[in-house]
Amino acid sequence: MSAVATPKVRGRGWLLAACLVWVGVLLLVPLVGIVITALQPGIHVVTQTLSAPDVIHAVELTAVITAVSVVVTALFGVVVAWVLVRQRFWGRSLMNAAVDLPFALSPVAVGLAALVLFGPGGWLAPFFEARGIQIIFALPSMVLVTVFICVPFTIREVVPVLEEIGLDEEDASRTLGASVWQTFFRVTLPNIRWALTYGVALTTARAVGEIGAVLIVSGLLQGKTETATLFIFRAYEERQIPAAYMVALLLAAVSVTLLVVIEFLRHRQERERSRT
Amino acid sequence: MSTRIVVEGLTKRFGSFEAVTDVTFTAPAGAITALLGPSGSGKSTVLRMIAGLEEPTAGRIVMGDEELTVKSVQERRVGFVFQHYALFRHMTVADNVGFGLRVRKEDKAVREARVRELLELVHLEPFADRYPAQLSGGQRQRVALARALAPAPKVLLLDEPFGALDAKVRQDLRRWLDELHRELGVTSVLVTHDQEEALELANQIVVMHEGRVEQVGSPGEIYDQPVTPFVAGFVGAANVLNGEVIGGHVHLGSIRIPGAAHLDEGAAAAAFVRPHDVRVASGDGDVSAVVERVASLGWLSRVSLRLPGGETLVAHVPNDELHGVGEGDAIRVDLRNPKAFLAPHETSAREEITSPA
Repeated sequence: MSAVATPKVRGRGWLLAACLVWVGVLLLVPLVGIVITALQPGIHVVTQTLSAPDVIHAVELTAVITAVSVVVTALFGVVVAWVLVRQRFWGRSLMNAAVDLPFALSPVAVGLAALVLFGPGGWLAPFFEARGIQIIFALPSMVLVTVFICVPFTIREVVPVLEEIGLDEEDASRTLGASVWQTFFRVTLPNIRWALTYGVALTTARAVGEIGAVLIVSGLLQGKTETATLFIFRAYEERQIPAAYMVALLLAAVSVTLLVVIEFLRHRQERERSRT
Repeated sequence: MSTRIVVEGLTKRFGSFEAVTDVTFTAPAGAITALLGPSGSGKSTVLRMIAGLEEPTAGRIVMGDEELTVKSVQERRVGFVFQHYALFRHMTVADNVGFGLRVRKEDKAVREARVRELLELVHLEPFADRYPAQLSGGQRQRVALARALAPAPKVLLLDEPFGALDAKVRQDLRRWLDELHRELGVTSVLVTHDQEEALELANQIVVMHEGRVEQVGSPGEIYDQPVTPFVAGFVGAANVLNGEVIGGHVHLGSIRIPGAAHLDEGAAAAAFVRPHDVRVASGDGDVSAVVERVASLGWLSRVSLRLPGGETLVAHVPNDELHGVGEGDAIRVDLRNPKAFLAPHETSAREEITSPA
C-alpha cells in the first residue's frame, strides 16, 4: 500500500486539506459533540444512566434483536448467496434484484408494511390472534423488520467471493470423496469466512442503529418494546438530555469498534487475496 | 489395482446444445488414453462425466465390473487433476494432499505416512507446510497430482493438466508424468488439445471433434493412418490439396496424387500430405514446383513451394538434404504417403503448418 506513487500535482495540498476538513467537520465533530455533551454533567452520569432499569432493558432488547438478526441473516444469507452463484434457474435475476430491496426502501415503509400484515385488522392478524401469538407491538415484529432491513449485507459480501473462487475447489473436494456437507464446511466456508465476518459486522452495525421500522412496529411501550435507539428518542423528548447522550455515546462506541474491526478484516482479506 | 474404463454411447446435452454425441471407447487398464481435440470438441465434458461431475444425458460408463453411471462423484474413487490446479488455497500442501484421506476418516498416522510418501513421489517434501499461493505453477500441479493419487484411486483423470503452464515447465512435467505413470501403472485418461502431448504420453488416442469420436487408435495409427480428413489435418501438420478423383488419383490440373482408389470417380477430394513427406531431395519427382522461400528452423528447413495451379505446398527438409535448393528455383518434388478423403462440405482448405514435428 505504501508503495503507491503520488505524482506531484499542483494544488494537491489544498485538495487534501479540503478532504480533511470535510471528513473532520462532517463526521468527527458530531461524535466529539456527543462525547462532550454526555460527559458534561460529570462522570457520575455514566453510572447513573447505565444503571437505570429503563436503559438496561433497552440495551438488552437491542442486543437480543441484533443477535437474532445477525444469526438469521448470516445463515440464510450464505444459503441465498450460494444458490445465486451456483444455481441457474428461472427467476434468478429477479431474486438477485429482490435481495437489494431493503437498500431501496425507507425503513419507515418497512414498518408500515409490517403493520399492514400484522397490525390491528392486518391480513395475517386473525391467524396469530386466534393462536394467542402477539406479533405487532412485541419482540417478533421488531426482529422481523430488523431482519428484513439487514438481509442484503451478508449476501452482497459473500456473492462476489463465491464468484471469484469458482467451482474447481468444490469439484476437487467431491472427487476426493467428500460429501456435500464436508465440502461446504471444509472448502467453501473457509474460503468465504472473511466475507461472511464482514457481512456480520455490517449487519450488527445496522441492526444496533435501526430506528425507523422498529419505531412503527414497537408501539413505543416504555420498558417493554423500547430499544436503545427508541430510548434515546424518548429521553430527548422528555428533556433527559444527559441520559439520551450517554446511550447515544454507547451506541456510537459499539459502531466505532465495529468500524475498526471491519477495517482490520478488510485489510486481512485483501492481504489474503493478494497472496493468490 | 488398475482397471479399464468402458464408455458406451455417451451423450450430453446442455439445453438445446449437444456437447457430446454418442461417444464410445475403452481406456485399457494401466494405460494412458488421451482424449485429443480442439477446444469445444466435448473432450472435457466426457472426462467430467467419467468423474461424475456432469450427468450424462444418455449412455453408460463402466469401470472394471462396476457400473459407474449411477454412482455419485464421492463413491467413484477417481483421481481428478484440474487445469487450474484447484488446490484448496486455505490449506497447506500437506493438508491438501491429505484431504482425500481425511474426509474418508482414515487414521491420522496412516494419513501422515501416506502424505509423506506422496510428497516424496512428487519431490515436494520441503514444501509440506507452504500454502499453494507460495508455489510455482509446476509445483502446484505436482501437489494437485499427489492430492489426486493419495486416496489410491482406481483411475486418474487429467483435464488439460499442463495447459496453464509455460512451454519449458510443460515439457519437464510431461516427461515426469510419463515416468510416474510407468512406475504406478494407474489407468489414466488425459484430456488435451496438444497433439504433441497426446502423441508423446498416450498409449491410445481418442480424437474428438464437435462432440463426436473421429478415430480411436495408437499414436502411430492416428498419425500414419488417419481415417477422417479432420484427423489427418488436426494430428500433425499437413498440406491440403483439393482436386477431383480420376482413375483412383486426385487430380489438380496436371498433378496426379495417388491413393484415391476408394473414392468415387469424379468426386471432389482432398489429399493430405505431411510436410516431411514432400521430398525435394531426388530432384526428379512427379510434381514440378517453384521455390518461393526457404526458412531455416535449425536442423531442418521449411521450404515454401508454389504449384503450377497456384496452390502452395510446404516441405520440411533436413538441411543436409537441401542440396542447394534456393528461392526462385524450379524443381521437381515427390509427394509420399498422401491420404485422400472426400472433400469436407465446408471447403475450408486449411493449410496450417504449425510445428516442424
